[in-house]
Amino acid sequence: MTRKVTLLLIVVVLFLPFLPLLIWSFAKGWYFPELIPNQWTLANWRAIFAFSTKVGQGFLQSLVIASLATSLALVLSLPAGRALGLMEFPGKGAIKLFLLLPIIVSPLATLMGIQFVLIRLGLSGTLLGVVLVHLLPTIPYMTLVLSSVYANFDTGYEAQARTLGASPIQVLWQVTLPLIAPGVVVGALFAFLISWNEFLLTFFVGSGRVFTLPMVLFTSLQGGNTGLTAAIAITSILPALIFLLFSSQALSDDAAIGGLGDV
Amino acid sequence: MTMVQSSPRVERTLLARGSELLAVIPWHAYLLVLPAVSLIAVLFGGGLILALLQSIGLLGLATDGSFSLEAYRLAFSSRAFWQSLGLSLYLAFTTTALSTVLSIGLALLLQGAGRWASFACQLTLPIPHLVGIAGILLFLSPSGLLARLLFTLGWISSDQDFPLLVNDAGNLGVMIHFLWKEIPFMTLILLAVLRGIRPEYGMQARALGASRWQCFWYVTLPLLRPGVMSASLIVFGFIFGSFEVPFLLGPTAPKTLPVLVYQAFTDVDLNQRSVAIALGLILSCIAMILIALYLWLGSGKPFRSSTFRRQR
Repeated sequence: MTRKVTLLLIVVVLFLPFLPLLIWSFAKGWYFPELIPNQWTLANWRAIFAFSTKVGQGFLQSLVIASLATSLALVLSLPAGRALGLMEFPGKGAIKLFLLLPIIVSPLATLMGIQFVLIRLGLSGTLLGVVLVHLLPTIPYMTLVLSSVYANFDTGYEAQARTLGASPIQVLWQVTLPLIAPGVVVGALFAFLISWNEFLLTFFVGSGRVFTLPMVLFTSLQGGNTGLTAAIAITSILPALIFLLFSSQALSDDAAIGGLGDV
Repeated sequence: MTMVQSSPRVERTLLARGSELLAVIPWHAYLLVLPAVSLIAVLFGGGLILALLQSIGLLGLATDGSFSLEAYRLAFSSRAFWQSLGLSLYLAFTTTALSTVLSIGLALLLQGAGRWASFACQLTLPIPHLVGIAGILLFLSPSGLLARLLFTLGWISSDQDFPLLVNDAGNLGVMIHFLWKEIPFMTLILLAVLRGIRPEYGMQARALGASRWQCFWYVTLPLLRPGVMSASLIVFGFIFGSFEVPFLLGPTAPKTLPVLVYQAFTDVDLNQRSVAIALGLILSCIAMILIALYLWLGSGKPFRSSTFRRQR
């Protein structure tokens, strides 16, 4: 009973900040003492969809950057996750810690340092430059999740397939990947969200020319129309909702998320 | 004769041993981690080195290319730096400690509540910090939803009566945001770790006469420690280096260290840029030293993987 009440209380408290966002996005002139707006409007949401210049472009840029960063991080982290999850070798702990550095040490100094090179290479203020720095937080998380997925993977299946005459490529495509697919989906969703939500890295490397959705939201937050800001904020949690939908199924065993507790 | 014969034999055994050793070293494993490690090394390590070169005047737009520690002298001699450092450390320590204690309690409470507990804890995990900031501003500001609710209930008579909870001098808004975001994150990790702990240990301790508290303190907590360590490490590092949360929810002064770095970096005076980079490096160094200290103090053998494995 206490558990159920606690659970309900947690959900309510966690939801509280979303409530004013939801109301504001439909409110028309919601002045102080009013608990509920007197007038409702769809103007903010219409502005979002008609805003082909800013919000729509931000959505598109976020989508492209997050997809590219996720795919690259996946390709680089799959082998690393396998080694860290299945093998024992000298220096493994140190390598794990090294891979974690970008998420536990502030990237500010690194960002200011590489800014200089990115400008020389013409990558500052470009989508490619932003994708590149988005690998900094996505690779550590992806490697952690995948190493934990691999730790619960039985290599006996691979050995069996090999003895039955499958080539290494066949084993990878037809045995290993299908077996680890649920974990890979969680890892990919995680990486996608990290890139989608990333603000600071885009802010520095984007040089005000790459306008992802968080950048649009940041600008709007700093002095704008509250209703529109609320609508942008709600738009930017769309992938998060998809994540929650998936994770309720994909996390039926917590091997993937548990990896974060095993640094 | 024997001497002549034995020397190539010794050589051969040495060679054999050497190649055995080479065969024992799992090259395969290193090859697998190489792509990820080298990318992080180039981007993160390379960035740090470039930052260092710029901060000591060997590289950059506003430098003559001669070595100088002027940026560090300026950074360390400014009062704003020490204030910011103190504030950042205070915020990161208190908020991490609070979230850790609350998360352990919450995880134990929800231990038997099944998958729904994990799901509830994931509610804020995928939400961007900026959205959380916007929500908290609209909920806790003097004209926010909470103030309206209290006004409707007649508890306050105007927005002047409502305590300042955002952009306040005590950084309450910043802390509330981090607690809102990080407690579920830590609880989620701890719940996953708790499920990997065999219940037999606790039962055994209880059967041997341990009280609930003893059982928690001597059995569950030690088993939970690796999870608590890594979760609090991630949270501490994040809060210490966070920019947008104190920038939007904190007071205008004193600033946290990342906000100070940002302001120096975007200053019109280009000489401030090397100071900003020096400040950023100091921030990274402090974070790394604290992390090393924490790992060393916490486990005694920080560079090995955790002592227990999930058993099913």
